[in-house]
Amino acid sequence: MEPLSWGLIIAQIFIQFIPVWIALFLTFALSISYKRRLGLYGKLFDSPIGMIGFAIVMFWVFTAVFADLIITHDPIGQISGMKNKVPGTPVPEGAAGYLHYLLGGDNLARDVFSRVVMGARRVLQIAPAATLFAFMVGITLGLPAGYFGGRLDTILSFLANLVLAFPVILLFYLLVTREIVETGIPMYLAAVLFAFPIIFMLILWQSRYFTQPATRNWLVSITLVIGVWAYLGLAFNADPFGVWGMDPNLLNVFVSVVFVNSPTVFRIVRGLVLDIQTRDYVAAAQTRGEGPWYIMLWEILPNARGPLIVDFCLRIGYTTILLGTLGFFGLGVSPESPDWGSTINDGRKLLSVYLHPALPPALALMSLVLGLNLLADGLREESLKD
Amino acid sequence: MGLFILRRLGVMLLTALCLTFIVFFLTNLYPNLEKLAKTQGNMRMSDEQVTSWLASRGYLQPTVVKYGQWLGVLPGFTFVNKDGVETGRCFKSGVPAEETPSFCGVIQGDWGESTVFKDGVAGIVGKRLGLTGKLMFWVMVLMVPAALTVGVLAGMREGSKMDRTLSTFSIASTATPEYVSGVIFIAIFASSAVGLKWFKGTATSAMDDITFANFTLPVLTIALYGMGYIARMTRASMTEVMTAQYIRTARLKGVTFKNIVLKHALRNALIAPFTVIMLQFPWLLNGVVIVETLFNYKGFGWTLVQAAGNNDIELLLGCSVVAVAVVLVTQLISDIGYVYLNPRIRIS
Repeated sequence: MEPLSWGLIIAQIFIQFIPVWIALFLTFALSISYKRRLGLYGKLFDSPIGMIGFAIVMFWVFTAVFADLIITHDPIGQISGMKNKVPGTPVPEGAAGYLHYLLGGDNLARDVFSRVVMGARRVLQIAPAATLFAFMVGITLGLPAGYFGGRLDTILSFLANLVLAFPVILLFYLLVTREIVETGIPMYLAAVLFAFPIIFMLILWQSRYFTQPATRNWLVSITLVIGVWAYLGLAFNADPFGVWGMDPNLLNVFVSVVFVNSPTVFRIVRGLVLDIQTRDYVAAAQTRGEGPWYIMLWEILPNARGPLIVDFCLRIGYTTILLGTLGFFGLGVSPESPDWGSTINDGRKLLSVYLHPALPPALALMSLVLGLNLLADGLREESLKD
Repeated sequence: MGLFILRRLGVMLLTALCLTFIVFFLTNLYPNLEKLAKTQGNMRMSDEQVTSWLASRGYLQPTVVKYGQWLGVLPGFTFVNKDGVETGRCFKSGVPAEETPSFCGVIQGDWGESTVFKDGVAGIVGKRLGLTGKLMFWVMVLMVPAALTVGVLAGMREGSKMDRTLSTFSIASTATPEYVSGVIFIAIFASSAVGLKWFKGTATSAMDDITFANFTLPVLTIALYGMGYIARMTRASMTEVMTAQYIRTARLKGVTFKNIVLKHALRNALIAPFTVIMLQFPWLLNGVVIVETLFNYKGFGWTLVQAAGNNDIELLLGCSVVAVAVVLVTQLISDIGYVYLNPRIRIS
């Protein structure tokens, strides 16, 4: 077998990504043709920067979804003789899978291309979910802190500043270790942090529908059933049906990332509430005799959505960087894991001789974060227009 | 103002106490102590041996008591072994038992001993901080002027081609974490695979002798990530100033564009970035840890990684005190500086 030239490698990679191209094309075609009916999402397609960002982000999302179709080899499988081989090297006769290592082999003779593609799935499984949880915690605590003020605000702000004053890496080194998993601290943290989404939803329904007990009971019971079921599975690994569950190491990483992110969200939400609180519609709601939680969740929060959505995009990018940092220091992930941070860390040791194991995951991580930043910028621009 | 600073100092002290206690608590969890005993003593110690090793060194006391001893508000731990020889936290080789002080903690100026480097914590942290100080100095020298220039040039004429280009550049630089840009820089400028070999891929030799070749890449790597953010803030502040009434007045008076930017807009536009630059310090600390690990520059960040990786409790505490102090002091300076620079703000 002949080694592939660079042109052929690029062509082959392009072919491997065909499911992604199709999905991207469909998304854009549908979104642009209906963009006037899609609110803020539709307006995104008026801004070139936002569109580029959205395209990059969706590229990685679809890559994560179709990863099984795209990969050419098993991301943790080794083929002997392929150690540190340059891109385009053919695999030995009789080896399973595709005929070439498209982006070469790493120092354990694994396929770099497949690992980068699988790494996208790994990153996109954790980062958005962790960010969402951080937002739930930050919103649930930030709203009352800003709205009521007083002692509650003082205590919560002090705690938030406490976490923020910690150097992130020190906190990770203390929290994300095998020894900490043994003590069960991540589980307790998870028990606290994972309760916030349930509390948030319950207050949301109660404050809006307490005058219509039938609707409320229906919504509350659905939330409770699904929420408690997921809660038991995720935090305590005690799901009786085995649908929800998380590996203890993964849980540790997840919880730490949520823990680090939520104080910043808390501060943003608190600042927004302090600002929006002075508006006339809040005064009108107060005069109508609405309860404080109704005002916070149904008057203030919807009006704070613009900055929050923008920050959500930025924060997913930041979380991706944090996850990469964890991988870079080899914390909390198994050495086999294809996530980008640990692949970069593996590759950097031989960087002066072999570039190909470290560069693809580095560029992948960079492009995803860049995409999220551009998307956030586009959203900010468009949401400021009205 | 005096009362404000005093109150802030009180809160800072409380924060520092809470944070060091958290670090103390987490490093003193039993599995961590067991790991420490095994790495310091013997990998194949039985459970009883581990317990007695820990007990003879005072690790099995309640965490609060140990924390008090570390602070120096409780008398240091002492232990009499089978031969009747007294050892303990405050005992130093060469100092007879009668002269050993009963308190030895941070308040007394004793930061303890590092178990990894077998040396005094104060000495190690001081020396490593000096090395990191050099790194930070050059980062600041490169980053701040570059970021301000980019921000002012971009914000000068909002929406122009130059604004678009520079803004995209700043977004790209904030999207590139240190471990990505560092790897790319090494790949391009230092590896034999590309062959440019302009700079060195490690900064170990820079600890004794800083040269252009061995220090450029680490400085560039840290500066690049921090730069984008400061530049974006400067741009935002500059665009805001450029729409102000007095700029329009100056323009109508016929002042040249150059003079408007340099004499009228610049000073007001630089108030907001000042706060951002000060608050960047804690972020830089993060970058320092990554870059020092990547380039093998044995400064403060590298020491922190070593201490954390080996559960070197007292060194880790020393490092976290420094890190937390940096964060809190920069917050204070940024608040005071903000008031000082902007006379419209008064703290009551």
